[in-house]
Amino acid sequence: MKLLQKLAILADAAKYDASCASSGSIKRDSLGSKGIGSTTSMGICHSYAPDGRCISLLKILLTNVCIYDCAYCINRLSSNVARARFSPDEVVNLTLDFYRRNYIEGLFLSSGIIRNPDYTMEQLVTVARTLRETHQFNGYIHLKTIPDADPRLIHEAGLYADRLSINIELPTEAGLKTLAPEKDTRAIESSMLRLRSGIEESRAYRKQLTGKSRRSTLAPVSAHPTAPVASRAQPGKPHAGRHFAPGGQSTQMIVGADDADDLTILRKSHQLYDHYGLRRVYYSAFSPIPDPSHRLPAKAPPLVREHRLYQADWLLRFYGFSVNEIAPDGQPMLDLDIDPKLAWALRHRECFPVDINRASKEQLLRVPGLGPRNVARILSSRRHNRLRLQDLARLRLSLPKIKPFIVALDHKPQHSGMESPALKRQLMGDSAPIQGSLF
Amino acid sequence: MPTVIDISPEAGFETWQTIARHLLTRGIPPGEVLWQTTGTDDLFSGETREPGTCSTGRLTAELVPSQTPQTRFRVSKAFIQLAKAVAAHRDPARFDLLYTLLWRWVHGEKHLLSQHTEPLVHRCQTMEKAVRRDMHKMKAFVRFREVRFAEHEKADALYIAWFEPTHYIVKPVSSFFKARFHGMNWTIVTPYQTVHWYQETLRFTEGGSRSDVPEYDAMEDAWRLYYASIFNPARLKLKAMQAEMPKKYWKGLPEATLIQPLTQMSAPRMEYMLATEPSRVGNIHEKSRFRRQDWLSHKELK
Repeated sequence: MKLLQKLAILADAAKYDASCASSGSIKRDSLGSKGIGSTTSMGICHSYAPDGRCISLLKILLTNVCIYDCAYCINRLSSNVARARFSPDEVVNLTLDFYRRNYIEGLFLSSGIIRNPDYTMEQLVTVARTLRETHQFNGYIHLKTIPDADPRLIHEAGLYADRLSINIELPTEAGLKTLAPEKDTRAIESSMLRLRSGIEESRAYRKQLTGKSRRSTLAPVSAHPTAPVASRAQPGKPHAGRHFAPGGQSTQMIVGADDADDLTILRKSHQLYDHYGLRRVYYSAFSPIPDPSHRLPAKAPPLVREHRLYQADWLLRFYGFSVNEIAPDGQPMLDLDIDPKLAWALRHRECFPVDINRASKEQLLRVPGLGPRNVARILSSRRHNRLRLQDLARLRLSLPKIKPFIVALDHKPQHSGMESPALKRQLMGDSAPIQGSLF
Repeated sequence: MPTVIDISPEAGFETWQTIARHLLTRGIPPGEVLWQTTGTDDLFSGETREPGTCSTGRLTAELVPSQTPQTRFRVSKAFIQLAKAVAAHRDPARFDLLYTLLWRWVHGEKHLLSQHTEPLVHRCQTMEKAVRRDMHKMKAFVRFREVRFAEHEKADALYIAWFEPTHYIVKPVSSFFKARFHGMNWTIVTPYQTVHWYQETLRFTEGGSRSDVPEYDAMEDAWRLYYASIFNPARLKLKAMQAEMPKKYWKGLPEATLIQPLTQMSAPRMEYMLATEPSRVGNIHEKSRFRRQDWLSHKELK
């Protein structure tokens, strides 16, 4: 099969993995070397697809042959999809050819499972090792990690990759057992824990060093006899000065393939962030796939549900909300019509209006329409003058959205007595519909 | 009589800084400075001015006497960052705006930059944002094409790109490309300036045109194919896409020609997928199915 044919099949097969970030790793470049590649803290989107998604990496599967039979996956054993397989060298060359032309920031590599988890993981690691060692490639690499693979292979993967990820797939153990019989919740979570130790040890070791020596840091050798196997140096293997997954780890949850409600999903996310120090949880609305299994629900969830979960996830991580505030008992599904922050504000009118000239940072973060950046700008601007509505307008805030909830030097909410349902209707009238639709 | 400054419309931070220091040292307030970017006076007056001479009250960066003791003015790092960005903006008013900001900063308004809603600060910070966004887009959308010289089989390839930035950002953005493509020979041609890297030092030459760059590259088919394959037809968000990838960049992006056909095909593709009966038989044999417990026990025995 020709290279272009393989590329078409294996890029198509990879599109259901939502993670696309090339950000969050340590800063690195090729100055002083004959290689190419650099990383930036924010990441760069080199292109955008008509689905609005950023394209920053070459995201492909090494192969879409798979001996697992996960119901939601287009590449499962019982699917009829056309199959293909790259050799590691083909992936290496494709990555370098695209990178040289500035099409991409790096590589995202996953794979169907062939032969067994160890064999597959070894193939993935070979690609990353070849890029780093043979070609002095310093761009971004994200490797998918297979939970049952040998810890030594996972450790090696971490030395070459910026980010590693293992998909939790479903928020409940029961859900996973039903839809992905070859996967095991315990194996997944213990691998996440192992990754966490490796990442944190490497980070702590890095912090100890200063200045120039940081660049040639060796991965930490754990002297502690009870340290997890993954973080121990392997005897006889040179480390070539590498950190362990400096971009951390992430995961993906499929939404709407089982009957888990949003409260269950968010509780799981919170637990994952808390126990495993994940950088991101991605929520992938179960998308109609060609040739779906009979074990799946007949109808896919509305796309906007995925959008609301991302918004809720942001509230957990950046706005100081708790899971129960976002999805209270009695309302385990997020409102699809309005964002979860506005929904919370409408349930808690007693917390408003907030005086933008006097309120604390935490109080300001609760105002619908105010994000962390603008809250910071308000806090710094108001040290020098009292803020009026026109000052807020200059910050490019949506005044109609904010006005009912704040007090400024020249403004008080007009209808503070307005009941929440009426206020909700009024605010919805102002905003455009979120979900893009097919014509 | 105002001090007239002749300054090239493409002048950047260093040029502005030299002149600004000179003006500050002489205590010339912003209201008495006229920043002239067009140079029309020379054309109409018919005067030929020798380089290095100075007609009364006119000044260019080269004419700033180097022997004059310049008082060192301390400004914050944040101010320098802002000034470097604003100086790359295409608005000719930038020199005056920056000098006014500098004057006020130096004369006591040290917290100016945190007053985000103050009109002058707001205007400068808006320009800064525009320049940073332009630089970010240039890092994202420059597309190199490979040129190999047939006579030398082992010769290094050369990578050339054509790009049309909105602001004068070639110099500021070149360090990014040098750090990323250090082991590669490359050239980026823009209408007002060209930058070269042949693995020793960055060189800047005059601007060029689209025809200076090859029209085709062998990998572009693979890239277009990748772009088409990665797109999920179940989701269309054209507005979001265009917000980040404005149409003005589409000419330089090989994948842009696919946007319309992909968009039009998405509905029919979706209908086809939903109409297809799920198959009962896969194309991998059931006996290959992974038997986890067997494999785990087998590993333990080894």
